[in-house]
Amino acid sequence: MCFTHNFWPLLVSGIENGSVYALVALGYTLVYGVLQLINFAHSEVFMSGAFGGLFAVQQVVGSKQPHGIATVGLIALGVVSGAIVGGLAAFILERVAYRPLRRRGAPPLAFLISAIGASFFALNLAGKEFGNNPIAVPTLYDERAVFHVFGAPVLNTYLIIFGVAAFLYLVVDQVITRTKLGQGIRAVAQDAETASLMGVDVERIIVATFVLGGLLGGAGGFLYGMAYNVQFNMGFFPGLKAFTAAVLGGIGNIRGAVVGGLLLGVIESLGVACIQTQWSDTIAFLVLVVVLMVKPTGLFGESLGRAA
Amino acid sequence: MTSPAADRRIRLAEGAKGRLVGWLSMVLVLALISGPGGSSSALSYGFRHSILRPRVIPFVVVGVVAWALLEVVRLRREMVRSAVLGRFEGIRQRAGAVPRNRLTRSVLPLVALVVAIAIPPFLNGYWQTVLVQEMGIFTLLALGLNVVVGFAGLLDLGYIAFFAVGSYTTAYFTGRLPVVPPFTLNPFWVLPLAILAALIAGVVLGAPTLRLRGDYLAIVTLGFGEIVFSFARNKTDITNGDSGAFNIPHFSIHAAGIHYTWGGKQLPYYWVLLVFVVLIMFLFRRLEHSRVGRAWTAIREDEVAAAASGVPTVRYKLLAFAIGASTSGFAGVLYAANVGFITDTNFVLQQSILVLVLVIFGGMGSMWGVLVGAAFLEWLPEKLRGSVPPSDRFIYFGLLIILMMIFRPQGMIPSRRRALEIKQAEAGVGEADALGLPKEVE
Repeated sequence: MCFTHNFWPLLVSGIENGSVYALVALGYTLVYGVLQLINFAHSEVFMSGAFGGLFAVQQVVGSKQPHGIATVGLIALGVVSGAIVGGLAAFILERVAYRPLRRRGAPPLAFLISAIGASFFALNLAGKEFGNNPIAVPTLYDERAVFHVFGAPVLNTYLIIFGVAAFLYLVVDQVITRTKLGQGIRAVAQDAETASLMGVDVERIIVATFVLGGLLGGAGGFLYGMAYNVQFNMGFFPGLKAFTAAVLGGIGNIRGAVVGGLLLGVIESLGVACIQTQWSDTIAFLVLVVVLMVKPTGLFGESLGRAA
Repeated sequence: MTSPAADRRIRLAEGAKGRLVGWLSMVLVLALISGPGGSSSALSYGFRHSILRPRVIPFVVVGVVAWALLEVVRLRREMVRSAVLGRFEGIRQRAGAVPRNRLTRSVLPLVALVVAIAIPPFLNGYWQTVLVQEMGIFTLLALGLNVVVGFAGLLDLGYIAFFAVGSYTTAYFTGRLPVVPPFTLNPFWVLPLAILAALIAGVVLGAPTLRLRGDYLAIVTLGFGEIVFSFARNKTDITNGDSGAFNIPHFSIHAAGIHYTWGGKQLPYYWVLLVFVVLIMFLFRRLEHSRVGRAWTAIREDEVAAAASGVPTVRYKLLAFAIGASTSGFAGVLYAANVGFITDTNFVLQQSILVLVLVIFGGMGSMWGVLVGAAFLEWLPEKLRGSVPPSDRFIYFGLLIILMMIFRPQGMIPSRRRALEIKQAEAGVGEADALGLPKEVE
């Protein structure tokens, strides 16, 4: 087989990409669980997080490459600012493109179209404000292999991305299962009307869900930008892939999104070995179509309320 | 104790502060869009020079004044309304229910047709080109997408892919691609082939995907559009990639004693377009009021109920998809023959969204709305070309979509049925689009 040749390196880089997809997929899944809507503009939340993190790092970093604790601090700064900007973007998005329609009880198509409008707007505005060229995040450390798995080098970049993603996932999991907010989110996901009768402020929960998804998406944006580059249209494919990941795991299902993200990253990475690289972006799409055809509820079923 | 009069003077209508914030953010966004852009080496340049400069003051003033004026109007209206106990509402609704009279039904289209025939010969070359290549082609595209989005309620985000199929079929059969066709044809005779090719593409994409819920369909069509684009870009041995296909010949007829070549002039193309737009509008109008159209309406309003009443929903959705696709393919041939040069960048996602904007702006499901809306939105950027950078127009279009969805989801010239459906859906009756299909009926 074409992918057995370089299996381990491909697997490792697949997991790296997959952990970013998982972070972004959580945003799709959370919003879908609560509103039964695909947040079409989530890819632009991801992009704004990347720019937020990049901007913050650019402001602080000196001309010299940082070392030791400064490196850790700068990465943390990038992730946190990316998350904050992503959360802010998601908040604004909900306020502008979703809430007025929800107040009116608009049909689902209207939400989808207004989200597409928001995505289109944000994408092109970013193109105008930040130029069309890819921008590299300042070098914060020397990239090197930390250890090897069956001869496959595991770069420190991979470890950082995977570590941050895993940490964020654990935090979200705790928030959803342990806190009052998480209880509210699960309640609204199960049955919004009943939840509101039980005293849950549904509007507040919806906003919180968007912001939570935005925080994760924004952090994911910075991580992705650190590994690749930051560009105004960087959100499109990761967005599509993360959405695929969410569907693969069962949209609305939190653990499903994480497993789906990792799985998709690996499928994609192994698949690229079999075809020309310029077609790599279509693999995720094929996965999406197949999943939707064969098992539209995904691997773990659609249930934020129960499976979380 | 304050007197009632004084009390009234400082009173604001409910939600006034929220609307002020809305107006202010709106004008700030406009200030940002209209200001200078930044670059990858100076990320905050655009923000600093468009919002943190004195040029922002007029924007803010306009925003506050507009807010204040509208609040006064709103307050007045509220007072009047409470005084007459909502009697106006009843009158307004009844006025809206008056059937369309003969004037709008037969005279206005005739006037429109006369204008469409009489004006173009007097335009200069530049505007004739705009008329054909921007307004005409995109009107055709919008009319086709209207069948999919407006009539059947399916969101297709890869619509431009079928346009690409039409264009590349033309390039192929005129021998302008690296792959050699079995025989070469004039673009005019490619028309039926291209329509067929686009139709097949529509069915091939639609058959497996149209069973999906509408929001999934949107993403799948988006991905499909992107695959067609990457095919056009990457399969250079077939499509020539970003160097594109050159010298696609003009239309010409050499048959049955008629010899005519369209040549480099725009006007002859315009007549072809006009004939076909009129024809297509007539056909679609007949379809809309036929059994097929009623099936689409039923699917759009409540797919479950339609399926339960025996409407073969997938078949009718597929039909809408195929009709939309073939219209798009048809427009692709016209474009390829008229411009003579196609490249992958003609078929980017932005073009699909652009056509969607045209349909939404005019009014989903309203053919006159789509016609006028498409022509207007294609004309305006050309008119403003000098004062607004062309690259900014997509930002404005994105903004326009959001604003339309918030304030006027039925479009500028709405289809009366669609407007009613949206109203009903908002009141909790029906779905008003095919998005609500639960899994059991798939």
